[in-house]
Amino acid sequence: MATIIVGMADWKVAKGSDILTTLGLGSCVGVTFWDKAKGIGGMGHFMLPSSEGYTNQNRAKFADTCIQDLLVAITRAGAVRANLVAKIAGGAHMFSGAGAGNVLKVGERNAAVAKEILAELKIPLLANDTGGTHGRTIELNIGDGKLKIRTVGFGEKFV
Amino acid sequence: MTHEPLDPVQQAFQADQLSIFQEIGNIGAGNAATALATMLGKVVDMSVPDVRVVSFNEITHIMGTPDTMVIGILLGMEGALNGHFLMLLAVDDAYDLLSIARAAFGLDPVAREDFNPADIDPLDESALREMANILVGSYLAAICTMTNLDIEPTQPTLAVDMVGAILNVVTVSYAEIGDSVLFMKTRFNDTQKDIAGNFFLIPDFESYKRLMESLGMGLG
Repeated sequence: MATIIVGMADWKVAKGSDILTTLGLGSCVGVTFWDKAKGIGGMGHFMLPSSEGYTNQNRAKFADTCIQDLLVAITRAGAVRANLVAKIAGGAHMFSGAGAGNVLKVGERNAAVAKEILAELKIPLLANDTGGTHGRTIELNIGDGKLKIRTVGFGEKFV
Repeated sequence: MTHEPLDPVQQAFQADQLSIFQEIGNIGAGNAATALATMLGKVVDMSVPDVRVVSFNEITHIMGTPDTMVIGILLGMEGALNGHFLMLLAVDDAYDLLSIARAAFGLDPVAREDFNPADIDPLDESALREMANILVGSYLAAICTMTNLDIEPTQPTLAVDMVGAILNVVTVSYAEIGDSVLFMKTRFNDTQKDIAGNFFLIPDFESYKRLMESLGMGLG
């Protein structure tokens, strides 16, 4: 069993009894895919809701391209599209006292866009732990598909 | 030695340009030391800041792993530049800074093991916000001096959470430009304690362009 770390603006695919983790999600959103039958999972960590208008750069930074690329990678690794289930976490508003500028509200949009994209892809969303004003660290256990969510001050849970 | 193309933020902040921010940091630290001495009634040395451009994944590791608990104090910028300024303190550094402030205000000291930032004392919170106000105000005043742009800080807001989560406020803003952020590290010293404060200037995209132009470095 290996623990594989997914960085910011990054995605990874893993198999067997591996654990995929991403640390300190704030307004960023972590999205996970899991194919129980094939024992394959994937996790993406994106920062912004849409790649529209951006040319450079790291596709994993944006909800749309991150989820697309993760989907391609996980099916290439042997997962079956129709088996996939999804979970999302993150999308917090970290400085809620500081008003609601675009930068501060990006978490809400990230979570909303992730839900829309998953609905369009017809991938069932089994768990949605988004919003609030606190950070999250998530771990997907490929063995059982459980997503562990850790926080500072809001405890720990499995979804 | 890397042959990767430079990130746009790194490109914008080549050595020469970084030295302008180093100068802003020096002037800011000087202003801040004076203001802090007035607030605390004692001399606090502030050393020359370390000014760097750091990649996203590196920046979430400057204070341990990205899930390390830290204290973030966010201020808005208004006026000629819009955006935010973030001050980030490790829990130990916040404790040391507060110990100095508590002593200066004649308050009882708090033992390290009793200091729980996740459930912070309102007095400590307001002292940290006031210190952030002074420090960030000093950096902004230095930017005003260098650029002739008029910038005002707004009310500070405090968050105690995972460093990666708090830094999303910074990385999301810079994500419009590239995959790195501008980062200024300052050291405070009251002869007993050596305290590090991490500062992030976070202009919105339009303000970033205006700032760079007014410093004589267009975005190219």
